[in-house]
Amino acid sequence: MLEDPAFADADTYTTAEALSAAIKKAGQFDLILCGREASDTNAGQTGAGIAELLGVPCVTLARKIEPTEGKVRVERVTSTGYEVIEAPLPAVVTVSNEVGEPRYPTIKGIMAAKKKEPVVWKPADIGIQAGGRRVKLNRLYQPVHEEKCEFIAGENPEEMGDNLALKLREVKVL
Amino acid sequence: MTVAVFIEHRGDKLLPIALEGLGAGRKLADALGQPLSAVLVGSDIGGLALSAIASGSDKVYVLDDPLLKDYQPDAYVAVLEKVARQINPQIFIIGQTDAGRDLAPRLAFRLGTAVTTDCVDLAIDPASKRLLATRPVYGGNALAVFSSDTDPQMVTIRTKTMTPLAPDTARKGEVINIAAGLDAAAIRAKVINRVVEEVAGINIEDAERVVAGGRGIGSAEGFKQLEELARLLKGAVGASRPPCDSNWVPDTVQVGLTGKIIAPELYIAVAISGSSQHMSGCSGARTIVAINKDKEANIFRHARYGAVGDWKKILPAFTAKVRELISY
Repeated sequence: MLEDPAFADADTYTTAEALSAAIKKAGQFDLILCGREASDTNAGQTGAGIAELLGVPCVTLARKIEPTEGKVRVERVTSTGYEVIEAPLPAVVTVSNEVGEPRYPTIKGIMAAKKKEPVVWKPADIGIQAGGRRVKLNRLYQPVHEEKCEFIAGENPEEMGDNLALKLREVKVL
Repeated sequence: MTVAVFIEHRGDKLLPIALEGLGAGRKLADALGQPLSAVLVGSDIGGLALSAIASGSDKVYVLDDPLLKDYQPDAYVAVLEKVARQINPQIFIIGQTDAGRDLAPRLAFRLGTAVTTDCVDLAIDPASKRLLATRPVYGGNALAVFSSDTDPQMVTIRTKTMTPLAPDTARKGEVINIAAGLDAAAIRAKVINRVVEEVAGINIEDAERVVAGGRGIGSAEGFKQLEELARLLKGAVGASRPPCDSNWVPDTVQVGLTGKIIAPELYIAVAISGSSQHMSGCSGARTIVAINKDKEANIFRHARYGAVGDWKKILPAFTAKVRELISY
């Protein structure tokens, strides 16, 4: 676990730098798994960044992962289907939501987790100076939706369906 | 100093997003008083350089090599790094495509710079002359404007958010070939197969009219009714995430932040509540029509026309009336 106020406002570079330094410190690895993107920034860069900093191959947006002898075979989601990619291990793979459902924790698992002591590292423990940012946030705002919905009237749902079609014809959408 | 755009192509044509990137790049280059450079990577692609010039480029750098025929992550990152080091762009624009979203972050790390992904607006700050890159955050609930101090200032752009120039074949430009000089040992991850999962009918990204369904459709059977309407409108069927997760429809028709981002003329949302993740994928539609049983559903905040009620009753009547109207 990497925990420090210096990590709090990290950009992608700092996050990937910290994670790759921690992975190196943790020792040998074959496969690093990351999510596709963070739910706040939706940037989708951390996995690629870790791979670059560790100098290992990276496969993004996996929907299926099969490790074989010294290699990993991945199905990568594309806009028209998928690609099959093979990469030598060690490698970084980022997974897409198609890869599977989260497991629900079992009582046994929860009990076992209570006995585990997390290892917590600070920037100095992994030999980095966190806190810098390459990307600056200049402005954050909520866009306003100007659209005003016109609700279609009708005595019953069937009439509403008719009237909706008539309306769309009237305004030349159909 | 230059503004560079990585332009993707398919067959003998530049992709629309490449032309959109050149349109956006042209504006930035003019604001900075710099030339616009296009970067073309592939095999047997020399012919595309002229369309890149017609669409706004002053220079086109061509990396033509059989090893670059299709997108291969390691090979493409290597050649783009080479070009970037040679031409030193101050801004580097890439499309947020299957390839772009994969290679842009790697290239940024390799060049020791940063990338802002999935941008919907690009502008030059008049005071600092740095790039202001606007992108949706928090699943489309907010917009954030980012800038960086390192060059190249890299961005990926969201499809259909930037305006291409009208092609002008009288435009003059220079074509520069660069040897790819690929080191086979540097290509580690290999794409060994590409599978296109066929969706019957019109591709959702090309469709002018899209009929999309949400969780409330309830089954694969229910989507047949949406298909009927889509066929009638010569359009395509789309879906929010739950129907894809439940395998009622293929994942390739998912509309939203983690699916397709589309901008049809007409988007008919049936039993879709309208989460911000979903709306990120369809808010570019010219007209949104919603059918939902919940009057308070978020979709009605985006829709131009709405019908509140059970879609199972409204849709058949709507479809029948549409059939009648368009047969005249």
